[in-house]
Amino acid sequence: MNEPMEFLLWVRGPAFDIAALIFIVGIILRLFEIFSLGRKPNFSEPRGTEFGPGMKTIMNRSFPESGTFKRQPLTVIVGYVFHIGLLISLVLFVPHIELFRETFGFGWPGLPNPIVDAAAVISIVALLAALWHRITNPVMRVLTNHEDWLVWALTFLPMLTGYLAYHRMIEPYPLVLGLHILSVEALMVFFPFTKLMHAFTLFIARWYNGAMNGRRGVES
Amino acid sequence: MSEATLERGLNAFREQIDAPVAAFFSSCVSCGMCAEACLFYTETGDPKYTPIRKLEPLRRVWEQEYTIVGKIKSLFGLNQPVTDELLEEWQELLYDSCTMCARCSMVCPVGNDIAYMVRKAREGMVASGNAPEGVKGASMRAVKIGSPMGVTLKAVKAQIRHIEADSGYQIPMDEEGAEYMVMLSSMEIMNFPEYLEALAKIFKQAGATWTLCSTAFEATNSGIQIGSSDIARELVQRIVDGAERLKVKVVVSPECGHAYTAIRWEGPNLIGKPFSFKVVHILELLEEFRVAGRIKTEGLETDSMTFHDPCSLVRKGGVIEQPRNLMNMVTTNFVEMTDHGKWNWCCGGGGGVSSNEDAEELRIKAFKRKKEQIEETGADVLVTACANCRLVIEEGLEEYKVEIPITGLSELVAEHLVVDEDKEQ
Repeated sequence: MNEPMEFLLWVRGPAFDIAALIFIVGIILRLFEIFSLGRKPNFSEPRGTEFGPGMKTIMNRSFPESGTFKRQPLTVIVGYVFHIGLLISLVLFVPHIELFRETFGFGWPGLPNPIVDAAAVISIVALLAALWHRITNPVMRVLTNHEDWLVWALTFLPMLTGYLAYHRMIEPYPLVLGLHILSVEALMVFFPFTKLMHAFTLFIARWYNGAMNGRRGVES
Repeated sequence: MSEATLERGLNAFREQIDAPVAAFFSSCVSCGMCAEACLFYTETGDPKYTPIRKLEPLRRVWEQEYTIVGKIKSLFGLNQPVTDELLEEWQELLYDSCTMCARCSMVCPVGNDIAYMVRKAREGMVASGNAPEGVKGASMRAVKIGSPMGVTLKAVKAQIRHIEADSGYQIPMDEEGAEYMVMLSSMEIMNFPEYLEALAKIFKQAGATWTLCSTAFEATNSGIQIGSSDIARELVQRIVDGAERLKVKVVVSPECGHAYTAIRWEGPNLIGKPFSFKVVHILELLEEFRVAGRIKTEGLETDSMTFHDPCSLVRKGGVIEQPRNLMNMVTTNFVEMTDHGKWNWCCGGGGGVSSNEDAEELRIKAFKRKKEQIEETGADVLVTACANCRLVIEEGLEEYKVEIPITGLSELVAEHLVVDEDKEQ
């Protein structure tokens, strides 16, 4: 009996389906949880509109105000580097695109493997830097709770196992590939119920911020 | 107010949770950037003042009662409950160390409007009996006497007589059908009567009819500061009743930051319907007069002058360009602070902090930010448009032994106003 192969088939098959289901249903539930709370009607005479300023804030919160950046550059730089590295590894790695094509019938061009490899290494280093920053920075330390550590680990493991799998650093290969997929499934299962959800809700949060301010004539 | 209990506090928190609050808490990744925007953190270096952390009680209620995971955790008793002890500890964070200046709301990378949530969290603090004594006292005086500083109508009338005798300008009271109803802050009545005199001169020159209102002369709203919608509503209702009784078209909010927030943005929502009149800040009105050519200035100052933006006017009010145009009406040498307009730093005394004795020491520490900002400009005169900012800055500068005169922008415009011969006194 080939146990690693069976493990791989299981994580690629039923486990993935379950994880995907929890991921999608969870996100819908969480979004419903937020939107169903609604907003009270606003009777004050508006100075500006809501929609446009809301959309603008969605864009411009990606760029920090210069004074704040100077006070805490590491948070911004590490955040940027990690997110970009993660995105490159996730959506521009050819095997990932092929998997997507198999499932949905279409794909897009990827980047050469060495470039993705470099992006992954940089992202892993950035994640380690983020961890160190979280441990040593006094402000982050008072804010951090168990969920922040969990979320960090859930993000780090797919990056690490992906790197190990790509370089075949663990034998047999089906085992390390299976572990990689399993770690992604863990990420998907926890995603809707942790801060990972910010990847979706930040657009809502930014929009509300921009809209509520825009209504008062303030560009936020 | 009915008796304050933890249960009432929790109910008040629950009532405040809406879709934006849920989106904000869901999005926070504990990055700590908000701390860098907060003068209570930057000037003390104490991480407990990190803005988002000030919302822990409200966050717990949201997580435990409005999320799936929180509800499951509650079933297994895994949640940290909101207790009287927690709220007592958080009083300092939600009141002493927050002016609701909303600077943090401008920098949060995920877009959390933290000040919006602090305003909401204070509702729970009041309902649970955890508001500071100083701010409570101010609110009680506002409800009972009509002004947070205990200024009575009699005192206002005495000031009016003084100003009329000194300046020769008429100050109308309860004139039905006037176009503008002017409100004051108690601080202006007691400490800066120049403001009222300036308005009398400007209105006369602009040829506009105006009046004070005997039942609604006070513009400030302690209910907004302490976080009690009940009190805030009562105070707003007085203004609405006064404006409707006198059938005015426009209500003019004075040189005060939070009064503008209270009447302009929260007011209609507190009474649950739109106003039958318009609300403008005095700077908006002066700018309107300027653009229409109804007021002109002469003999501009050559001293360098800088402007302190009251937070409630810029970040919460959108009154950003008007003061700049008006500054250029009175001086040829207007210098901006490095962070100005919507990026301005708070004086440290807004949101009820200046009437909160517990906060005094911390406020003086936090004032260093403003002091450095002012000094950096090298300006000869500091101009602002909020009597509270003005007093807080005066006190702060005295504490740090910095000498620079401070004046209100409306006064300055009045000082340089071109007065037609037939309108002279």
